[in-house]
Order: sequence, then C-alpha cells, then structure tokens
Amino acid sequence: MYTHLRRFFTIALIAATCVFNLPARADEPTQHEAEKIAQAVNEEEHKIEHKLEEHEAKFNIGEMIMHHIADSHEWEFSRGVVLPLPVILYSEDRGIEVFMSSNFHNEHHEYNGYHLVHGESEQIVPVDEARKIYDFSITKNVASMLISALILILVFTGVASFYQNSKGKAPKGFASAMEVIILFIRDEVVKPNVGPKYEKYLPYLLTLFFFILINNIMGLLPGSANLTGNIAVTMTLAVLTFIVVHLNANGNYYKHLLAPTGVPAPLLIIMIPVEIVGVFMKPFSLMVRLFANITAGHIILLSLFGLIFIFQSFVIAPVISLFALFLNFIEIMVAFIQAFIFTLLSSMYIGSAIEEHSHADHGH
Amino acid sequence: MSLLTPNPGLIFWMLVVFLLVVFILSKFAWKPILKGLKDRENEIQGALDLAEKTRAEMAQLKSDNEKLIAEANAIRDQILRDAKDASDRTIAESKDKAAVEAQKIIETARETIRNEQALAVSKIKKEVATLSLEIAEKVLRRELADKAAQEKLIADLATSARLN
Repeated sequence: MYTHLRRFFTIALIAATCVFNLPARADEPTQHEAEKIAQAVNEEEHKIEHKLEEHEAKFNIGEMIMHHIADSHEWEFSRGVVLPLPVILYSEDRGIEVFMSSNFHNEHHEYNGYHLVHGESEQIVPVDEARKIYDFSITKNVASMLISALILILVFTGVASFYQNSKGKAPKGFASAMEVIILFIRDEVVKPNVGPKYEKYLPYLLTLFFFILINNIMGLLPGSANLTGNIAVTMTLAVLTFIVVHLNANGNYYKHLLAPTGVPAPLLIIMIPVEIVGVFMKPFSLMVRLFANITAGHIILLSLFGLIFIFQSFVIAPVISLFALFLNFIEIMVAFIQAFIFTLLSSMYIGSAIEEHSHADHGH
Repeated sequence: MSLLTPNPGLIFWMLVVFLLVVFILSKFAWKPILKGLKDRENEIQGALDLAEKTRAEMAQLKSDNEKLIAEANAIRDQILRDAKDASDRTIAESKDKAAVEAQKIIETARETIRNEQALAVSKIKKEVATLSLEIAEKVLRRELADKAAQEKLIADLATSARLN
C-alpha cells in the first residue's frame, strides 16, 4: 500500500511539473527549432503510448486528465473506439482543405503536409514551417456543440408546437417540465434583474441558460466533450453578453462610466479607470467562472477515477466509485447552478446598463 | 498553458452555432412558447377577474334580494298592522253602535212599559171605581131590605175598617 501511495505521489508530482513546464515549452519553438521539438514531442508521445500498451500500470494521471479535458480532432469514446472527425484547414496558398482526421493514423501522424501534434492538447501544424494555417476543424467540442444545438432546437421547437397546437389547454408532459424552467428563468431571473423591458432580452437569456445547461450536462456523460469547460466557449458567451450589454446600454450607463455622480473631482482619476476595468472585469469573470467550475469538476472526477487505476485495488475501487458517484451528483447540481448564475449575472449586467435613473431625466 | 488559450477555430464555430441557435430558438421556439405562456396567463387572469366580478355581482344581487325581502317584510307588517287596526276599529265601532242600539231598544222598551203601566193603572182605577160603585149599589140594596142585617153589616165594616 505504501509503495502504491509513494508511486501515486511521485506520478502526481511529475504530472504537476509537466503541466507547469508545458507553457514554457510551448512558447519556445522558434522557426528552426520547431521541427526538432515537434519530433521530440512526437517521440516522447510514441514512448508514452508504447509504455501504456506494454504496461497499463505505468499510467500518467496528469496526462489522462489533460487528454480528457482538452479538445481533440477525433472523438475517442474509449480506447480504440474512435470516431474520426472532419479536419477543415484554411491556408492562403492552398485555400480550404477538408479531410478526415483518421488520415493522421499512421506511423508519423502526418498527412498531406500536415502534422498532428499530440501535446498537452492536439494541434495541426504544417510540415513546412513557413506556411500559416487556420484550423476550423470540426473538433470533438464542435461536434458536441452541434449535437447539443440540434437537441436544443428539436426539444424547444417540439415544446413550441405544443403551445401552438393546444392553445388554452393545461400543460402536460415534457412541455410542462420545460415550462417550469422557462417560467423560473423568466420570473425569477430575467424579470427582476433586467427590469420592465425584459421581453427583448428574454430569447437571448433563455437560449444562454439552456445552451450552458445542456452542454454542462452533456459534459458529464462518459466519453463526451468538455465544451463549457473550454475557455474559447465561455469566452464567446461572455463576449456576446458584453456586446448585448453595450449595444443596448443607455446614455446613463456611459455617463456614469465617465463621470460617476457624487464623486469628488480628484477621485475621478482613480474612479474612471476602476469603472472601465469593471466593465471588462464583468465578462472576464463570467468567462472564468463557468470555465473554472466545469473544468475543476471534470478534473476532480477524473482524478478520482485515476486513483482507481493507480491503486489497482479491489478495496479502493468501490470506495472511490461511491465517492465519484457522490461527486457526479454534485456536478449535476453545479451544471444547473453555473447555467443559472451565468444567466443571472448576464441579466444583471443588462439590467444595470438599461436602467433608467429618475434623476438623469433632466437633460431630455 | 493550452487549457487557457482559446482556440480560434472553436471560437468561430461557437459564434456561428450559438448565434444560429439563438436565432432559430427565438423565432421558432421562444416566440410561440412565451406567447403561449402569456396568453394562458392572461386567460387565467381574465377568468379570475370574471369570477371576481361574478362574485361581486352575486353579492350585489344577494344584498338586493335581502333589501327586497326586508322591504316586503316591512310592507307585510304594515299591511297586517293596518288590517288589525281596521278590524279593531270596526269591532269597536260596531260595539259602540250595538251598545247605542241596545240602549235605544231598552229606552223604547221602558217607554212602552211605562205607557202600558200607566194604561193598566188607569184601567185598574176605572175598574176599581166601577167595582166600588157596584158593591156600594149592592150593599145599599141589601141594607134597604133588612134593618138588623144592615146594622150588623155596618158594624162589621166598621171593625174591618179599623183593622185595616
């Protein structure tokens, strides 16, 4: 048991140092060294794969967790069960190129002049370093997002058809289940925070809530993508909220930003930068909150499952499974809470930007 | 750290997909759902308002009915009282009338009795006078026939007269 523990801590330490060293390593590649490093990474990876195949016990928990959290160009449901996804690349010299990611399944992970680098996260790099490419691939996250979008559209157009077909009837079935949530968002989240003009923002906020919710829950399924735990996704959502807020903000909001009422003139030097930082802090906090909560949940669950593989003991496994089950329930709760909080804070930001102050009406 | 570096491709797809979802859901899902919910709320509110109105009307009707009943009762009482008064008056009047009538009849009867009495007394007086005259005549006739008997008679008469 003691040796197991020691091995776990050693591996954890190595994983941690790997994780902390990676950014430094990622920044390093320069024009001429990149190929060498890519090769080195590739070799290292080959070695890891080789080791994994040869001895399941030598299992790197940090790598496993990162592999599960990061995006990928193929959808691996379990070892060996892989769904290849389309790779879409754009480069100025070759235009748009589309091929399946399964083409990279060869000795050198190379296809058509591109190299699939398995690092901390996957990346497609052109073999010719001078070329610049833009990767618009349908990755695991994009595929998962498309599925969730399809589910959302099917579910809610279905619910909508209920309201159109049975007007004046009592709600029943799935429509009434969704209605509870829709009414909660409308009456408890949007209406009190946005104010009297809430109806204009309701479609966006409802979509936001259900989009985050369904992706949070889908992220908990085994073998699924970690969409809402991806910083690009949460950033896009936060930026959209930022745009919605600032497109609809009234004069009071901008006036308050540049000339806060009741602040003595000398303090304005401090207050105006603070206010402006606050404007960008709000979407930033939205982005980090969702990303960190979902990613942390996934890391905890994956660490627990990783412990089973580290200890390889029949005594530990059921205990950890029970604990993981408990954490899974918490994660379901977190999925709802984070979707709720994102929507609540978005409504509050919108509400504070469109709020009419009675004392500001003198200028009109 | 790649975990914290947003991937431009994913941002692109996220923007496209999310904005499409917002657009499609707003148009085909949220609009009918929110409208349906609002319609139903209005319907329920309308039904509640109607019920409230009906209840107020019922209460109004009830109070009207009560007022009507109270009025009817008052009128009935009035009528009963009037009728009683009238009957009482009639009874009293007829009583008075009867009493007066009876008095009159009694008066008449007394008058008649008095008249009859007077008549009878005068008749008796006449009869007594006639009888006295007859007796006196008879006595006189007997006296003239027998002197002893006459004397005796006078004596008897004298004694009896004294005894009277």
